[in-house]
Amino acid sequence: MLDVKNLGAWYGRAQILNGVSLSVGENEVVALMGRNGAGKSTTMKSIMGLVRHINGTIRYAEREVQGNTPHAICRLGMGYVPEDRRIFGDLTIEENLEVGRREPRPDAPEWTQEHLFELFPNLAERRKNLGKQLSGGEQQMLTIARTLMGNPKLVLLDEPSEGIAPVIVEQMARVIAELKREGLSVLISEQNLHFARIVSDRAFIIEKGEMRFEGSFADLDENPEISNTYLAV
Amino acid sequence: MGFYFAQLLTGLANASSLFLIASGLSIIFGVTRIVNFAHGSFYMVGAYLAYTLVTHWSGSVLGFWVSVILAAMIVGVIGLIIELTILRRIYHAPELFQLVATFGVVLIFQDGTLAIWGAEDLLGPRAPGLDSAVRIMGEPIPEYDLALIAIGPVVLLAIWLLFHKTRWGVLVRAATQDREMVGALGVNQAWLFSAAFVLGSFLAGLGGALQIPREAVSLQMDLSIIGEAFVVVVIGGMGSVSGAFVAAVLISVLNAFAILIFPQISIVLPFVIMAIVLIFRPHGLFGKPGSEKGAPEEPDQPLALMDQKSAMVLMAALLVLALSPLFTADFTSVLMVDVMVATLFAVSLHFMMGVGGMVSFGHAAYFGVGAYGAAMAVKFLGLGMISAMLFGPVCAAIAALFFGWFCVRLSGVYLAMLTLAAAQILWGVTFQWQEFTGGDDGILGVWPAKWASSDKVYFYIAFVLCIGGIWALRRVAFSPFGYILRGIRDSQTRAESIGIDTRFHQWMGFVLAGGFAGLAGVVFAFSKGSVFPDSLGIALSIDGLIMVLLGGIHALAGPILGAGAFVLIEDWVTRLDYWRFIFGAIILIVVLVAPDGIAGGVQRLLRGLKGGRA
Repeated sequence: MLDVKNLGAWYGRAQILNGVSLSVGENEVVALMGRNGAGKSTTMKSIMGLVRHINGTIRYAEREVQGNTPHAICRLGMGYVPEDRRIFGDLTIEENLEVGRREPRPDAPEWTQEHLFELFPNLAERRKNLGKQLSGGEQQMLTIARTLMGNPKLVLLDEPSEGIAPVIVEQMARVIAELKREGLSVLISEQNLHFARIVSDRAFIIEKGEMRFEGSFADLDENPEISNTYLAV
Repeated sequence: MGFYFAQLLTGLANASSLFLIASGLSIIFGVTRIVNFAHGSFYMVGAYLAYTLVTHWSGSVLGFWVSVILAAMIVGVIGLIIELTILRRIYHAPELFQLVATFGVVLIFQDGTLAIWGAEDLLGPRAPGLDSAVRIMGEPIPEYDLALIAIGPVVLLAIWLLFHKTRWGVLVRAATQDREMVGALGVNQAWLFSAAFVLGSFLAGLGGALQIPREAVSLQMDLSIIGEAFVVVVIGGMGSVSGAFVAAVLISVLNAFAILIFPQISIVLPFVIMAIVLIFRPHGLFGKPGSEKGAPEEPDQPLALMDQKSAMVLMAALLVLALSPLFTADFTSVLMVDVMVATLFAVSLHFMMGVGGMVSFGHAAYFGVGAYGAAMAVKFLGLGMISAMLFGPVCAAIAALFFGWFCVRLSGVYLAMLTLAAAQILWGVTFQWQEFTGGDDGILGVWPAKWASSDKVYFYIAFVLCIGGIWALRRVAFSPFGYILRGIRDSQTRAESIGIDTRFHQWMGFVLAGGFAGLAGVVFAFSKGSVFPDSLGIALSIDGLIMVLLGGIHALAGPILGAGAFVLIEDWVTRLDYWRFIFGAIILIVVLVAPDGIAGGVQRLLRGLKGGRA
């Protein structure tokens, strides 16, 4: 479904990614793990077309999408949930969802506002509130709901568990499971091995812009030195 | 009592048209982050079009209002064409570069309207059905003013409904906050930008069209309104339409009463109000933190020291310049002095913008203070040329010390607007204070000392001062102080967290840039023998901005190339008919061919040549 080969990315003259390759299969949840600054977010942004200077190939839905604009990539059914949430603070919850709304697509589940309010009951109660009035956890829910309004087939979830309360993290795990049940594919970037293990099928580990590991969590458990080297603090 | 009420109503009627143009400007900035200098031109063209249409259907009520709307719609289409053909190509150019393009459009429109409608002021007919006055509390109030007072809130309401009740409006508001995220959610930003540009142009055209029963249509309408419109947008908060409404009412009503007490104040009052508002609310009345930032940009490339080859080219160019008086006529030496003055001025502005990260829309203030300082030192203190040449830059630095203290408290477009306010206040004072500054007549008789009075000798004095000044600023850019300034430019928070007093350093950078602009002013004053309020004017500030941006803000050579090209092209085209049109077209071509400025374009060309050979 998504196949990234040899991805390089630059900010100005600084090279952030150096030959990153990864893949996400149909209805699969894949974790992209690594420390702060390892290149997780840049990988996500590059796939979404938000980094201007990249090379390598990004195949998605049977076509090469590198160099396309973010809106064109989004319209192919890829949804992006940014790490820093990027809620429209001066818009209400309903308006935030409206910005994300796109026509339903035949090959992906269709999400309506009401359906999403069932999945995220706290948002339903505050639907007329402005984005900036929400708590961090609520904003995190809203940013996922907003992306789902676009009826994506693949969701790029950038560090969904970062900086939110443990109870919300649990809720987040349930949401990701729900997405998988609905038939979506998810690429999730994560620092927390425990959380990644709960929600995802297999993992990639990235460090200093290069891929260091690819495999199942069982493989990872057999080689504890990998997670010690690249993940442990 | 009745008189004051009538004055209030006049103020409110003025507020309506000001609101229309400012709201359009604010919407365009909010969504596209373009500081649209051409907005005044849209306003002017709206008025001219409405004049033609209204006189065509003269007399009928329906004809008048249809003409007004039609004129505004045509302006909207003109806006669309400009967005599609020019601006859309340069959204990824460095921040503010689009401003250069809009300035090119201003020039083209000035001559375009001149060619179509002629130089005469045109007096439009009164609005049919609203052509008399009603008595309110004993004072006659034009009916049309009452209609205008109603139109302002109606348009505000219409925009509010559009922004809150339609999907398009919600997208526009979202894009005003985070346009990249809107794109990642599948919205084609390009069309959103076009639509916002059309709406903004339509509103400007409407503002102009509605003016025709009130004032004569003239070629000065564009620049007379644009300053005030910017002020209104900034006071209201960039991107906030309701803020623009409140600010338009505030400015117009205060102005209506202030001219009763102190008539001279009206040209500086809006800028004084803006300065006061910005000092207390750094993002305007309704603006949000972050609203001052331009388009998201990649980090600046580090400034490169020159390699040996470029240094040799530069030395050769300097040598040719130094020897030029020996083999060229006097008028060439005079032109070269103009080039050097403009270059020093541009380099000082570049130091502030490119190195210091502080955009200035009012850098001419310090140029002018330097020039006036020297002229007054000659006239009132009886100083000789050399001491006056020292005195001028010191005056400029002191002015920069004063205004800079306020400016460095702000950032982005708000900072730029405060520098503009400072410049306009200084200009207003100079213009009005006849006894001290000579007002419009300027100060005459500022000639160099006898030994320096020949054009060739004065050329060498200018050479030493200007090239010396440019060299000094270059040295500073690579000194620890320059590194600190560039660090602050790239990340204020990181600079602060390693213990740098960012405001103090920016303040000192501001003063240094002001002082060297003053030096350019001094050289200018003695080369012309006189100074006029123009030397502090907004036109010169914009010229400087164009030189820096057109040259390329990310390279030290940028302002030098920009200023040289600017003065030489201007010297050439001003001899032609419709020179503004030609000049504007040249600017647009440069903008489209080299969106990274002349310096960037030259670099790419050289790389291309090398690549071709390899």
